[in-house]
Amino acid sequence: MTHLLDVQDLVVKFRLRSGDLTALNGINFTLNPGERMGLVGESGAGKSVAGFSIINLISKPGFIASGRVLFEGEEISAYPLEQMRDIRGNRISMIFQDPMMTLNPVLTIGTQMVETILAHNRVSVAHAREIALEKLSKVYISSPGKRLGQYPHELSGGMRQRVVIAISLLTNPSLIIADEPTTALDVTIQAEVMALLLELCKHENMGLILITHDLGVVSQVTEKICVMYAGRIVEQGPTEAIVGAPRHPYTQGLIKALPQGSGGRRRLHQIPGMMPNLTSIPTGCAFHPRCEHAMDVCRSVEPQLLDDGKTPGLVACHLYAQAR
Amino acid sequence: MNLWKRFRGSYFLYSFLHDPVAMGSFVVLALLALSAFGAPIIAPHDPYDTTTIDIMDSEIPPVWMDNADAKFLLGTDAQGRDMLSTMLYGMRISLVIGIGATFLQAAIGIVLGLIAGYKGGKVDNFLMRMADVQLSFSTLMVAIFLSAIFQAIFGVAAFESMAVPFLVLVIGIAEWPQYARTVRASVLAEKKKEYVEAARVMGLPSGRIMWRHILPNTMSPILVLSTVQVAHAIMSEAALSFLGLGMPITKPSLGSLINSGFDYIFSGSWWITMFPGFLLVLLILVINLLGDWVQDVLNPKLYKG
Amino acid sequence: MFAFIVRRVLQAIVVMLIISFIGFALKQNVGDPVRELTGISVSAAERDAIREKLGLNDPFLVQYGRFLKGAVLEGNIGQSFFYKKPAMEVIVSKAPATLELVLVCSVLIVVLSIPMGIYSAIYPKRLLSRLIMGFSTIGVSVPIFLIAILLIYVFSIKLGWLPSYGRGETVNVWGWESGLLTVDGLQHLLLPATALTALMLPLFVRLIRSEMMEVLETEYVKFAWAKGLPRVRIWFVHAFKNTLLPVITVGGVQIGTMIAFTILTETVFQWGGLGFLFLEAVERADTSLLVAYLIFVGVIFVVVNTVVDIIYGLVNPMVRITGRK
Repeated sequence: MTHLLDVQDLVVKFRLRSGDLTALNGINFTLNPGERMGLVGESGAGKSVAGFSIINLISKPGFIASGRVLFEGEEISAYPLEQMRDIRGNRISMIFQDPMMTLNPVLTIGTQMVETILAHNRVSVAHAREIALEKLSKVYISSPGKRLGQYPHELSGGMRQRVVIAISLLTNPSLIIADEPTTALDVTIQAEVMALLLELCKHENMGLILITHDLGVVSQVTEKICVMYAGRIVEQGPTEAIVGAPRHPYTQGLIKALPQGSGGRRRLHQIPGMMPNLTSIPTGCAFHPRCEHAMDVCRSVEPQLLDDGKTPGLVACHLYAQAR
Repeated sequence: MNLWKRFRGSYFLYSFLHDPVAMGSFVVLALLALSAFGAPIIAPHDPYDTTTIDIMDSEIPPVWMDNADAKFLLGTDAQGRDMLSTMLYGMRISLVIGIGATFLQAAIGIVLGLIAGYKGGKVDNFLMRMADVQLSFSTLMVAIFLSAIFQAIFGVAAFESMAVPFLVLVIGIAEWPQYARTVRASVLAEKKKEYVEAARVMGLPSGRIMWRHILPNTMSPILVLSTVQVAHAIMSEAALSFLGLGMPITKPSLGSLINSGFDYIFSGSWWITMFPGFLLVLLILVINLLGDWVQDVLNPKLYKG
Repeated sequence: MFAFIVRRVLQAIVVMLIISFIGFALKQNVGDPVRELTGISVSAAERDAIREKLGLNDPFLVQYGRFLKGAVLEGNIGQSFFYKKPAMEVIVSKAPATLELVLVCSVLIVVLSIPMGIYSAIYPKRLLSRLIMGFSTIGVSVPIFLIAILLIYVFSIKLGWLPSYGRGETVNVWGWESGLLTVDGLQHLLLPATALTALMLPLFVRLIRSEMMEVLETEYVKFAWAKGLPRVRIWFVHAFKNTLLPVITVGGVQIGTMIAFTILTETVFQWGGLGFLFLEAVERADTSLLVAYLIFVGVIFVVVNTVVDIIYGLVNPMVRITGRK
């Protein structure tokens, strides 16, 4: 069976005056049709870059330096712009972080929906409007007919993110990449929007890549998880395994930092230190300055992402390489 | 504080040394300014000394043309003054007015901008409305009107004898809104910050807060604006003089030289207009290029529209 | 929308009151209306009698009220000392020349600056963009009268292709002296229009370019790319429509600047319009004419600014909503 998405050794760099900066340092993962994956890490870990690089939409000085992205067996990372356009918003849709900034302020919701359909399908405007109406009701927006004529600023944040989700559904894509889709929303609305996204993915059998710093959200929605740190994947595996028995000290730290629903008085855990800046990534394991288990080997040798043969999933940590 | 200053200084220097356009502009500007202010020493003739000027020398072309006179490198104007000397003296006047007017604008604009931004409310509303109206009339228009009014009130003779201070005043009044808006915008941004809040809680008088705490933080947009405004003021002065509302021909600036030469362009004496014109463009261009560079380096958000 | 317009009109009236007040104060302090009426050869006693008769000894505000009443009801601003005609009549007769010049230049600027600005924003590194930017950097540093003089020197004096002064042949269309309908008139228009356009163009190209570049970096443009829209649509609909807002605002202000520059352009080309008239009036100390020009220009600015605000409201959906409230 071909994977829905197969990312192989993806390296993304940013071209700066002082030299190239590596933002993504050899990423590998696969996604099956209808599968939901979480891409987790602190801000600056490179998870957004990873998401955008799939459809080759990295911001200005960034570029794919090496590696391949296969989508439904096609090497889309080699596509020229015009062919890529046919993938973007058509077979792979994106949902952005801040719905306040995602929608164009001077165009109506209707225009922004219809244009997406017309960009990919040969249908009449009237038919496109029907599709737009149908998708708006799918994301539970009240009086969708009226919304088509409204401008983004007339809608609330949660409503706008629903519109963005509806836009992502317009062409019945087989993969949705959602970059922190709930971070900018009110806490009360976050759960609603997340539940909606989950329901839609299940119902339409769409693949989902959920980029977030919130392990809690990921554990409820996804089937597998990639944990990223400083431009690398440090641990990946099935969601239950990673949430239930994390192995990489960084993942353990992330899990411990989650507020526990029942735990009550326990003080929240904090990982000491800060994520390194891309200009000054430590040698060896990038996490070693913050790691309580750091050994001499961690400072000099970069750990590989390996299977320890006991637990499902891969981990890049010398602790487990030694145990084997 | 000192360390921070040194860091800024070094970055300033670093980017300056890595920008050939900025360096070139600076060198040209320095040369122009030196020769303008050193005109009494450098210039071969004194264009203000009527006893040395001979009307028989009028309209002599530059040395590389026929009928030239080796005494006059760039030829002479219609009154027989040496072009090179007159231009150097003229550039001095243009620079003095340009810099003087910029200082005046800055003084008016910074004070009003600080007051408007800090006090807010009705004062702010009134000052900014005024700035808006004045800007929508365009600064050049206001300057033209002001000098027309000044000429009408004081008479042409009085205006001409006091032309330099008058022009500084006219251009200074016409352009203050630019500063006021920029300063006000940065004051509004600074006002929200904690250190201003803290100073207020400590009960410092508002004048002192504005002067000691807010003003230093608005310096980089002011610096960027100032380079542009000097060029602008020189251009305004040239325009006014060209219209005959500025420097008289007896004490010409570059603009009035261009104006006086324009009449002779049809008879073929192009140099009387073209040389000062070229010098004026060069002067404004290098200031603008330096301004672009300063803006790139400091990169403040200028107040827009 | 209605409330929005009413508010704008009220503001416009306030601005016009201020302008007329300045104009009137100027007239009171500078000119001598008796001299305008009688000339110099009249005895002091006779002048006093005329002053009293004309109400010139009344308090300032009373006179201002009378002036305002005359100006609003009859369009009467005073008599031009030089032309021996009502100042407003002189202004109106010269207005077409200036308005045609401004109109042609506005059209040229819009038609040229938009494609140049957009192109250099989309492809900032291409040779053509660098050329456009290079020229506009030099362009903002060249005063208009120099552009005009250079044009005259090259095209009139050296090549002898185009006339260097005047409006040429004009046609009277319903009382409007138009130079746009004759070949001669168009030939005369070419150089002044080129000068004025060359001066204003760099400013707009730079403005459109920098705004457009800023908009191209926004999230919603990135989202438009992610939607797989054709680039033409992203550039000209998504990005350009947002670029337009600040450009409209600045454009409104720049029309004021353009009128100021007509004074310089008209002087160089001896173009028989308002700017030329204004300078003559300054030289002759024709105060009524100066005041009439001031008020006329004021009216134009107020009208233009109001129109600009309304257009802005039409393009920007957020303004429309506040207007509806």
